[in-house]
Amino acid sequence: MWIARELSKCSGCRRCEIACSLFHEKRIWPEASRIRIFMLAPGVEFPHFCAQCEDYPCIEACPTKALSVSKETGAVLVDANTCVGCGKCIEACPGRIPHMHPTENRILICDLCGGNPQCVKVCQEGLWGVLRAVPRRTHPYKLYARIPEEIARDLAAKILGEEGEHLL
Amino acid sequence: MCGYAGKFLEIDLSTKNVKEMRFNEEVLRDYVGGRGLAAKILWDRLGNRWETVDPLGPENTLLFLTGPLTGFFPGGRICVSGKSPQSNGVVGSTVGGEFGIELKCAGYDGIIVSGESEKPIYLFIKDGDIEIRDASHVWGMDAKRTVATLTRECRTILKQRYPLKGEWKEPAILYIGPAGENKVRTAVVAAKWSHAAGYGGYGAVMGAKKLKAIAVKGTGPLPEVADIEAVQRLMQEVCNNAYENESWRRWGTGSGGYEFGAMTSSEPVRNWQEEWHNEKSFGVDKFENRVWIKQYWGDFGCPTTCLKLAVVRFGQFKGAITDNPDYELQAYLGTNLGIFTPEANVYMASVIDDLGLCGIQTGNVLGFVAELFQRGILTKEDLDSIEPKWGDAEAFAVLAKKIAYREGVGNILAEGTYRAALKIGGLKGVDVMPYAVQVKGIGVGAHGIRSGKDYPHICSYVCSVQCGDHTSVAYMPLDEPNSEHIRIFDDSGVICFFNTFGLPSNLVFDFYKAVTGIELTKDEWVSTKAMKIIQLQRAMLLLGGPDLKWNPEIHDDNPPRFYEPLPSGPFKGKTLEKARVDEEKRKYYALVGWDERGIPKSDILKKLGLHDVDKALEKLR
Ligand code: SF4
Ligand code: SF4
Ligand code: SF4
Repeated sequence: MWIARELSKCSGCRRCEIACSLFHEKRIWPEASRIRIFMLAPGVEFPHFCAQCEDYPCIEACPTKALSVSKETGAVLVDANTCVGCGKCIEACPGRIPHMHPTENRILICDLCGGNPQCVKVCQEGLWGVLRAVPRRTHPYKLYARIPEEIARDLAAKILGEEGEHLL
Repeated sequence: MCGYAGKFLEIDLSTKNVKEMRFNEEVLRDYVGGRGLAAKILWDRLGNRWETVDPLGPENTLLFLTGPLTGFFPGGRICVSGKSPQSNGVVGSTVGGEFGIELKCAGYDGIIVSGESEKPIYLFIKDGDIEIRDASHVWGMDAKRTVATLTRECRTILKQRYPLKGEWKEPAILYIGPAGENKVRTAVVAAKWSHAAGYGGYGAVMGAKKLKAIAVKGTGPLPEVADIEAVQRLMQEVCNNAYENESWRRWGTGSGGYEFGAMTSSEPVRNWQEEWHNEKSFGVDKFENRVWIKQYWGDFGCPTTCLKLAVVRFGQFKGAITDNPDYELQAYLGTNLGIFTPEANVYMASVIDDLGLCGIQTGNVLGFVAELFQRGILTKEDLDSIEPKWGDAEAFAVLAKKIAYREGVGNILAEGTYRAALKIGGLKGVDVMPYAVQVKGIGVGAHGIRSGKDYPHICSYVCSVQCGDHTSVAYMPLDEPNSEHIRIFDDSGVICFFNTFGLPSNLVFDFYKAVTGIELTKDEWVSTKAMKIIQLQRAMLLLGGPDLKWNPEIHDDNPPRFYEPLPSGPFKGKTLEKARVDEEKRKYYALVGWDERGIPKSDILKKLGLHDVDKALEKLR
């Protein structure tokens, strides 16, 4: 499966961060959410999370083999016990998407909630239409993994126009 | 205690001393947080010399407080307070955004700022690391550049310090624009582009302290709650309720620009000379289809996302970007200035935001000036060659800039409508107070009461402890959802009132219990805790000083304009009768335990345990 995204529609409500952290950490914990809403300029919020690149550079880069691909969903799975928090996967990811757990020495990457993505549920419920679960097909998914600055600049141009571009 | 991070940050900007402090559980149980706790802190620290404390002096204490429900109840806000440079009392002013959540995740329930820095500074809080940083490079910057610069700067610092963590999200930032720096009494404490704690004038207090901004990044979880399942269930209930109300989600208060004028005759038009208009150009469809580029925009956890992002893409005002305009700004930076096109309105809002001014209070001053100009009391010569004619957005924008920088006539107007009226009246030898639509130093929100179709109570503003603040009005019975006594709970738990629409009124108290584990009924809240906060706010308002004091016999009154008959619209001729207002005022006084002169009585103060307040008020009796 895959989560399709409509970045420019993101309301910035962060309901997805709340749902993700409640599901995985049993707390409301924005920084421990696997999906994170970046707001490098107000109005230009967008969700930043794993795109499940077809060639998984993060898995390739992991020296301890802590990362693997889920057969059912295609998500990157993190073995918390094997991960040593070296950050090599962050460097390898074209979007610098993996991020360290705020208090534990392990990396956080979207695991698609085992096939029932909680973020999609709340975003759909709220009718913002940013996140949508779709089947995974052959596609250059990797293109969705870009660094936050680049995404923000492009979105600012689209949403706020010329003035927005200057601000970033 | 569940729901609280457990500690507060205390910073003295004169000595640069930073420490952590805690309140005992009893104080938190009694005053909850936000506005309630602000009243308590201010009274304890400044109460015995309240009348001498200059809101713009180093002795004022500036508060940024969350509440136990912040982050849990959908929609994020934080409460800003202190001695108000507008009313000289205490105003609990809340602002949306992620600041409250970030602060709690950083481990703090609030920040208490005292003293005054010599040089411009900003605070950068990263969990327990507190830094007082130089702000000379952002001093003087407008709102958009301030946010952009500090966002970049703080992220760079975080990346350098914690390179292994991955990409850093931006911190949440509260800041002031040039107006705050220049201690303009209508300056706001802002978040994002133009989310603002407007009432109270706390932007000027930040400016006086040379505190340009506070940026906070918290990486921890929100505090433990008493019952996480109940919290989740209640969160879902609030969300479901919001999702049902699609018209509210879609248009927020943005449909008001036409609706309130045309339907309820309660919208300020040309400095409240009228409260009715039928300008279809100001309908919600015009805003939605011409300028709103983001239909749903909201703050942390909000299901309503009633905010809209507006950008003008063509014509004279091209390039204007702003949060709203919501109803208040459609009114105060639109109809009240005779402006009836979305583009000009968005332009005005964007100018006001960039300057860090309050759209409501500044719109009120600008309307006042325009009427004085219309009446020939102020001339082009008095106004530095500006001619503020109704509808002329460019002229109003130039005036607004003068206000923010205190240039020429702007220096007088920067004092807010009431103080400007005193000054202009003195200079011109004319009583201009009849044109000042304010109550005890605070310009009234854009909800008229003459038609009785919007705010039904004729003492709404008269008896409110936040004076002209439309978000906190006196109401009878006291336990009505719209009453000040209930709204104090929203401002103290620190939640967004808009997400309570349509919910049973006990839900917020159930929520409070799920988060804190403490049982609290609405009745108990209204009759004891809210009552206590009201008395504290009232006491500090009446003690006032040092430049102005309020005499309830004179100042507990509507603006003179509200006693003029409505000149147009379906409620033409309708007005308020002074005798009826006085009667209602007395009824309200009795209900809240104030004597016939409006001063809180000994017996109620003692019953509430406010013995020192009682003693302090002795001299007013
Ligand atoms: S739930 Fe949807 S709209 Fe809300 S922040 Fe997440 S992606 Fe954006
Ligand atoms: S987006 Fe990043 S984390 Fe996800 S699969 Fe690609 S490289 Fe790995
Ligand atoms: S699919 Fe699940 S793990 Fe991935 S971002 Fe959404 S909620 Fe988090």
